[in-house]
Amino acid sequence: MKGFILSFRSEFYKTRKTAAFWSAIILPLAICILLFFGFFSHSDNLAKQPGAALWFQFSGAILGVMGSLLLPMLIVFIAYSVNNIEHKAETWKTLFTLPISKFSVYSAKYLYALFLVILCLALFLLFTLGFGNLLAVVKPTLKFNEYHMESFLAQIYLKLLLSSLGILSIQFLLSLLFRDFLKPMGIGFAATIVGVILAGTGWQYAYLYPYSHAMLTVKSMHSAKGGNDQAMPQLAVDLFTKDIWVSLAVAVGVFIIGYFIILKKSVK
Amino acid sequence: MVIDTQGLSFNFGSQPVVSSLSLQVPEGSIYGFLGPNGAGKTTTIKLLLNLLKTDRGSIHIFGKELNSNRIAILSQIGSLIEQPAIYSHLTGKENLMNRALLLQVAETRVDEILDLVQLKNAANKKAGKYSLGMKQRLGIGLALLPDPKLLILDEPTNGLDPNGIIEIRELLIRLVSRHQKTVFVSSHLLGEIERMATHVGIIDRGELLFQGSIADLQSISQPQIHIEVENTVDAANFLVKHGFTVNEINEDHITVPFASKTQMAEINALLIRNNYPVFSIHKTQKDLEKLFLDITQKA
Repeated sequence: MKGFILSFRSEFYKTRKTAAFWSAIILPLAICILLFFGFFSHSDNLAKQPGAALWFQFSGAILGVMGSLLLPMLIVFIAYSVNNIEHKAETWKTLFTLPISKFSVYSAKYLYALFLVILCLALFLLFTLGFGNLLAVVKPTLKFNEYHMESFLAQIYLKLLLSSLGILSIQFLLSLLFRDFLKPMGIGFAATIVGVILAGTGWQYAYLYPYSHAMLTVKSMHSAKGGNDQAMPQLAVDLFTKDIWVSLAVAVGVFIIGYFIILKKSVK
Repeated sequence: MVIDTQGLSFNFGSQPVVSSLSLQVPEGSIYGFLGPNGAGKTTTIKLLLNLLKTDRGSIHIFGKELNSNRIAILSQIGSLIEQPAIYSHLTGKENLMNRALLLQVAETRVDEILDLVQLKNAANKKAGKYSLGMKQRLGIGLALLPDPKLLILDEPTNGLDPNGIIEIRELLIRLVSRHQKTVFVSSHLLGEIERMATHVGIIDRGELLFQGSIADLQSISQPQIHIEVENTVDAANFLVKHGFTVNEINEDHITVPFASKTQMAEINALLIRNNYPVFSIHKTQKDLEKLFLDITQKA
């Protein structure tokens, strides 16, 4: 356990000045600021809309891109970055000659990547709510204060996080094994496009394909919202759908396989 | 023995890289692991550090079997393998701080090391901007950070200027003589090993060709008598006629295998008596460079 904590702290120490770490913070901030100004400058048109519709538009603008491309690509990038730092510096050999178990080194790195994903999603949630409420203050004509969806958004983001665990494990393993950028990035990108198409066309077995899970989660939100926006819809998120179970199973499975690969692998 | 391997073998695919290597590194020694490039030195070091899995044979370090005591053994080893592994986006000091964090070493030790490897002035400079020599010194600093009992260094003086080489050599000698450390250092340069090692192992094409103390190595090189005479060819013919072996005939000197001091006096007297003026006569060791070549080429 001590080895794990030390490794995890070291991961933070190493990456705190890198793009991987800051992108997890700046990306949600930048997107939410852009949306804020978008809504701010179009406030005249938007003032006619009820609070619920405003919130759905505001959060939906982010969640839409998030499910289709942003979240999978963010994961591809984070998984690549935390591993590339060792490929680039040729430090795998030093990490594995430290008096720390291989499991600690491996799991700390994986959980640090997960931490970055959680950080990023938590900031998206926080900034969405923060900037929405800020709009209500600076533009009282926008009726953001008439409606509350904190709990729904929190659940959706939690579901997005769970839906992303499968691809996180896969991308993490790919980035660990391949030192060049193109392989994990190319595979991740292609697989995501396929995932978006599968989920978008509503293929019945899309829930088995990890790269479709984020998209499926976002789609499930639309059905939760229901067709009837005006009449205060009942918002409920079914957290543990079968695609989430697949995502969790893939995450755990690939994580374990990755560990055995690390154990057997010779460090060049 | 600090390092003791028996019949150590390793293949890359079907190609043997290390074959039945039996290394004996005594405590308190500077063990020079010598061999030409591609002889299997780095592979051996990676096997000693458990980075590569042994195909056949066993490795004991500090008397313990490596695979089953990996962490206990690694906690007492500092190592530098090939080019130093350094995070170039961090400063020299941050590189050491990161390692100190992992090894739970105090921050004061980081400053000591910076001082020791003379990087104090460059401590806050990005390590990516370091010269090759500075990177190498930082790598050695990282290896020394936990104050390990055994240092395993792969070509540590690569890329250093002559001053840097001398500093590292003196540092290693000091570590062994004053702090009772053991140093295992690989090199392809005999001259470097000769100046600091107490023990030597010579490897070529994955096989250990020689192992012993530096004195053992010198003793297998047969001493010679170096004779400077006026007419080398005639003098050589004359000596051969009188039953001596002549190894070498040069323009200004000949060499004859050394047997005893009396025999050396006899040769001297014989030459002078027969009008071959002798300008100088002395005993020499065959230099190690030649010996090294002989040993590695014989295989």
